[in-house]
Amino acid sequence: MSIGAILMMIFGLAVTWGGAAICISIALKKRNG
Amino acid sequence: MAQREQWASRVGFIVASIGSAIGLGNIWRFPYMAYNNGGGAFLIPYFFAMLTAGIPIIILEFALGHKYKGSAPKSFAMAKERWEWVGWWQVFISFIISIYYVVIIAWALNYVFFSFKLGWGEDTKGFFFNKFLHLSSTPMQWGNIVWPIFICTLVLWLITWLILFSGIKKGIEVANKIFMPLLFILLIIMLFRAVTLEGATKGLQWLFRPDFSAILNYRVWTAAYGQIFFSLSICFGIMITYASYLPERSDINNNGMITTFINCGFSILAGIMIFSVLGYMATKQGVSVKDVAGAGVGLAFVTIPKAISLLPGAEFFGVLFFLALVFAGLSSMVSITETCISGLMDKFKWERRPTTSLFCVVGFLLSLVFTTQGGLLLVDIVDHFINNFGIVFAGLVEVLVLSWFFKLDSLREHANSLSDFSIGRWWNFCLKILTPMVLSYMAIGNLIGDIKKPYEGYPISSIIIFGWAIVVGIVILSFVMQMGRSFNNKK
Repeated sequence: MSIGAILMMIFGLAVTWGGAAICISIALKKRNG
Repeated sequence: MAQREQWASRVGFIVASIGSAIGLGNIWRFPYMAYNNGGGAFLIPYFFAMLTAGIPIIILEFALGHKYKGSAPKSFAMAKERWEWVGWWQVFISFIISIYYVVIIAWALNYVFFSFKLGWGEDTKGFFFNKFLHLSSTPMQWGNIVWPIFICTLVLWLITWLILFSGIKKGIEVANKIFMPLLFILLIIMLFRAVTLEGATKGLQWLFRPDFSAILNYRVWTAAYGQIFFSLSICFGIMITYASYLPERSDINNNGMITTFINCGFSILAGIMIFSVLGYMATKQGVSVKDVAGAGVGLAFVTIPKAISLLPGAEFFGVLFFLALVFAGLSSMVSITETCISGLMDKFKWERRPTTSLFCVVGFLLSLVFTTQGGLLLVDIVDHFINNFGIVFAGLVEVLVLSWFFKLDSLREHANSLSDFSIGRWWNFCLKILTPMVLSYMAIGNLIGDIKKPYEGYPISSIIIFGWAIVVGIVILSFVMQMGRSFNNKK
């Protein structure tokens, strides 16, 4: 795999699953706070 | 008056919304869209569409359903009485989708059983079209009912009936809390197997190779917006209905974002799995990945079975793949059907159990058309017209009426007052300007394309009956439904 393809794959996973993780952590923080 | 049913927990609502959003399209449509529209570079317009259309519309629909505590027709009627038909339009779209979508899941369920002995053999194409579907030559030649498809369709309608009959908490919420973890477990197992296959990186290179010149092509942007619209279960009443079952104090904005991110994240994981397998297949056959890449029914029932046959432990992998299709499809099927049942219950003050029973019997009987030898061709036509002229036009009307002829800020304030975080005026801009522009462009483009040339060269008679008549008919029926009794509990 080329570097460009690897970076785009990481970019895709980071935006979606990273975004989901941030939103879930906000929800948990609000619930516990 | 009986209290409206509610989700037992926030997790239950989010899982059900994700279950609705994740469907067959995430597995068989997204990977090819990305591959065919710039590879890794497709992610840029895709994420732009997610942020400017996906998230704003899902928040809009959650806020509308939650504020008015009603199905799509009731929520639109409560917003402005004369817009009730918009909600019915969305309900009829869901109804049409439910009667053919269940048959596609039935094909996948049949393939779960074929997987145990790799029943598709060497010639997967011949098996699918001739031995399994007994496909007729034209859509108007229905031929006989294909009994294995009939039986699985019946079973799937029974499962859908049982889930919806049990209500929101004990039915939809419990079912999704079982289906979704199972779906993710199946995907993760397949993913680990797929990426460790010989040639997997070859497939991933084709999927993610960034062709940035594609970003300058407007077709890539409409493809990205189309993928977001079709994969998020927005614009056909589902999210409005699901949000109407939220308790009084419930988050809107964050729930919408979580649903959207996980839906898109699932698509990317599915893409990695599919293209790793395609890379393996291409390596084994000594051909290029572009020779085996495809989408939709052809990918799922012809290419993937062929790839599965080449794998060590093929039977196991086959069962996992087709079970994943069944779980993804069934959780969406439940939400599509609930949208219709909820609309009828709200309008006529019917009880859940008789409404569910009546709807599922009618739905099953109409599904029989798609279990015939002409089924695949009929599914192809109806699906094309419902997507391109149903969802796109209904979505455009929804966004236009709510953003231009309604106090959009009242929905934003409603959502912000309840949510973990607030959304700003960018949301108004996306809904007032950006989304209507893109949807208008898509709608006009679709219209011109289909008027110029009959879809896939099908006979005009079948295009008129199963395409145009259905999409125009459901709009007329929506106005008829509006003329009936009004939602008398309007505050």
